[in-house]
Order: sequence, then C-alpha cells, then structure tokens
Amino acid sequence: MINTKVIELKNVSYSYGNYPALKNVTMSIEKGDFVGIIGPNGGGKTTLLKLILALIKPDKGTVSLLGDSPRKTRTLTGYIPQETNLNKTFPISVKDVVLMGLISKRGLGRPFTKSDNQKADRIIDKLDISYVKNRCIEELSGGQRQKVLLARALVSSPEIIFLDEPTASIDSSGTDEIYDILENLNKNGTTVIIVTHNIGVLSKYIKSVACVNKELFFHPDGILDKNAITKTFGCPVDLIAHGVPHRVFPEHDHNRQKLDLK
Amino acid sequence: MSELFQFDFIRNAFIAGLLVSIASGIVGTLVVVNRLSFVAGGIAHTAYGGLGLAAFLGWPPLAGTVPFTMIASVIMGYITRKKHERSDTVVGILWAMGMAAGIIFIDLKPGYYVDLMSYLFGSIMTVSNQNLFFMAGLNLTIVLIVTLLYKEITGMSYDKEFAEISGTPVTALYYIIIILITFSVIMLIQAVGLILVIALFTIPVSIAEMYTRQIKHIMVLSSVLGAVFCTGGIILSYYLDLTAGATIILLAGTGYGIGYFIKKTGMEEK
Repeated sequence: MINTKVIELKNVSYSYGNYPALKNVTMSIEKGDFVGIIGPNGGGKTTLLKLILALIKPDKGTVSLLGDSPRKTRTLTGYIPQETNLNKTFPISVKDVVLMGLISKRGLGRPFTKSDNQKADRIIDKLDISYVKNRCIEELSGGQRQKVLLARALVSSPEIIFLDEPTASIDSSGTDEIYDILENLNKNGTTVIIVTHNIGVLSKYIKSVACVNKELFFHPDGILDKNAITKTFGCPVDLIAHGVPHRVFPEHDHNRQKLDLK
Repeated sequence: MSELFQFDFIRNAFIAGLLVSIASGIVGTLVVVNRLSFVAGGIAHTAYGGLGLAAFLGWPPLAGTVPFTMIASVIMGYITRKKHERSDTVVGILWAMGMAAGIIFIDLKPGYYVDLMSYLFGSIMTVSNQNLFFMAGLNLTIVLIVTLLYKEITGMSYDKEFAEISGTPVTALYYIIIILITFSVIMLIQAVGLILVIALFTIPVSIAEMYTRQIKHIMVLSSVLGAVFCTGGIILSYYLDLTAGATIILLAGTGYGIGYFIKKTGMEEK
C-alpha cells in the first residue's frame, strides 16, 4: 500500500520554559489535503507549524515530513511566515524576495542563474504582481506583500505549502484572492496547511480542520462538532459559512461566559 | 594641496581612509539591516580590553585585540542569536567590562604609558605600511565572503526562518557576520577610534539608504561616501590642525544632514 501521509506527528510535546505550548499531539495529514489549523491566541498553532518545519525541536515525540526527518525534507516545502514578523522597511526588491525561494535549489555560494530569474518572473506574472516587480517591498500594500511572499513560497514548486496567518494584514478582497490562489494550487495536488484566526473565510476552502489549544483535535472530515469548537476556544463560537458543505457552528454566547469543559 | 602627498604619513592616511571606507560600507550595511548597531558598539568598546591586555603582556596591539575582541563578540553573538530576553543588558555589561579591563590592564603595567586618545578617537595619521597590508587583506576577505554568500546573507537578513527552511546555514552565517564586524571594528579603530566606530558604520549607510533600496547598491554607495568623508576629513584636519577621526565623523554627520535635506527637498518638489 502506498503511504500518502505527508506529515506525521506522534506524541509531540513542546514547552517554552515552564509554559507548555503543546501536549501529546498525534496527527497525520494526507497528500493533497487543505488543512486549516485554528485556535485562540497562544494556543500553539504557530508552534505546531514550527515543529513540523523543524524550526524548533520537540521536547518529546517524533515528527515526520514527506516520509523523513523535517530537517532533510523541509527544503521541498514552501513557507509563508506571519508578515508582521518581517521588517517592512528592509531594502529589497520584489524580484529579489521571490528569488530567495530558489536558494535551496541553487546551493550555497552559487549565484542565481538565468533559469532562476525566468522562474521568478513566471510566478510573478502568474500571481499578477509584475507591475511591482522592481519596487522595494516597503512601497507595497499588505495584500501585495502577501502575494510576494506567496510567490517566494511557490517559485520552487513545493509539494506542501505552509502559511501562518496569511491574511492577517489584508482586506477582504485581498483575502479572497489569496484563498482562491490556494484553492487552485490544492486542486492541482499541492497540500496546503494554513494557520489562521480567520475561520469564517477558511471554512469555504478547507478539507480538514485541526483545532489547537495546547491539545489538538483533528477533524479529517473538515466538520467540527460543538464539543471540539468550544474546547478549542473556551467559549461557544457562532460561525456561519457559505460553501459546500455549509458549516454552521453553535450560536455565540454574548455573555462570553467560559464553558465548563469538564 | 599637492604638498599633502609629499608626506608618507598623509599618503598612508588617505589609503587607510579608502580601505576603512570599503569595510565600513559593506559591513556597516550588514550591521544596519540586521539591526546590530548595539552589538557593533559593544564589540568596539570591548576591543579596549584587548588593547590593554596587549600592553600588559608587552605584545603588539593586534595580538591582544584580535583574540580578546573575537571571544567577546562570539559571546555577544551567541546571546543575541538566542534572543535571550536580557541580551541588550548582557551586551551592555560586556561593553563596560571590556573598557574597564583595558584600563585595569594598563594600570597593572608599571610605568607603561598608552596614548588613550589614539585608541578612543583614532590615529589615522600614524597608520604604518604593515597596518595597510593588514587592512587590505581584511578588505579582500570581506569583499570575497560577502560576494560569495550575498544571496544567503540577504535572505537570512530579511527572513531568518525562511532562510533556515531553505537550507541556509543561518547560525554559521550569523557568526560570520559577527566576525566580519569584529575585524572591521579593529580596522576602524585605527581610523576613527573605538568611540566613533559606530558612526562610520551607520552614517554613510543611512545616507545611502535614502537614495537606493538595494543592499548591494547601499554597500557600494556607502563605501564611496565613506571614502569622501575620510579623504575630506583628513584634508580638513591637516589644514585646521584637528583630530582626524573626529573631523571625519563631523563631516559625515554634516553629509547626513545635507543628504537628508536634498532628499526631502527633492520629494517635496515632486
């Protein structure tokens, strides 16, 4: 039988000092999935992504990415970090940012080739940002910058793409545009894993949901039950989403009373 | 003006000015874009401990300064790399301890006299031929390393996490940058002294950043600006009988003001 699991975590735990971020996380993600990782602030969503990409080492448990150690295989993935973590005034052009996505293909100390430049130009055209190609990133809007980071992640034709809050600093039309691009990629076989607060928009596109709040509740069918959503956020959440299937989460408690989860 | 070039020490000063400008332009750009100005200041001041150690042991200045500053800079690099919550405090402590150690070493050397001012504010007029060779070799190393690793250094400086995922050895590169800063600081101390090193690292780069937004262009333009300030500073200090290092920095500061004014006026006219 062919193993189609692209990510596997077994009993993974991680703490920041004495503060536990994730406890005993076990999950696997199939090739071609579109996974939404949701949860409250400080719940461990970004930590989970960093563990999968070997940016941090788990305190215990094992992580496998594309069937091997993430340190070996992470170069085959595309990654879009939280844009707020980047220096917006860094002196660099759009084209140079996109070319960075080919560093892993080119190798240490070797300059970019003509073919690399052509690849970068192609993805810039495809994402419709060629009109800002030679501009410095500080001259761009939040949505344009996000597309540049997406182009950087996609230029190497990755098997999996990871996105950490990709729509945090862009408006709703920009958000839809980004999600439409991701949906198309997913239809063409790219596995998409996205961390976000924006569960309203996300629910239109996802195939699976991972709810993270120290613990992980994984829903491969993409449908959340009342218990999981309240456990994840610590309060009832009202989410009405369009798309097929419709996902209607329980009505929100306006008193914001924390539920007894016992 | 031509009489200036009759003197060997002036010729050496001009050459030294050009050489430190290349180092400060390239490494200064890395300092600014990686927000390492405080670390660079710490390294510069810690170097005084190395100078004191060399004096105490009766060694040539570089023999004490290079290892002493290297160890201190690697410690600072380690602390800032780990994003220790008190990294700025630790750099500040090392900064002060380096200076204090230098003074104590000199105190412990009976009858030893060190011209403190020459290390604090530089002595570009006394650069020897041997020092020029050291500076030229260091410049060649800096240019080679930065040219070879340009795409990795730029990638890491912009986004460390993405660079790491792409297989860039970010930790090794970070220490390479710290070591380049260390050697450049040692070179710049000769020209402008340890107190003013940071100014030569940051002023030409800040002016260049107003006019170009590409790292390699900033490196070239700030090197050219550094050369203009060093050459102008040496000429002014000769004719006005002033300290060369301080004159270079005042000229650079004035250049920043002029650059800012021109840029602002140009933008308003548009």
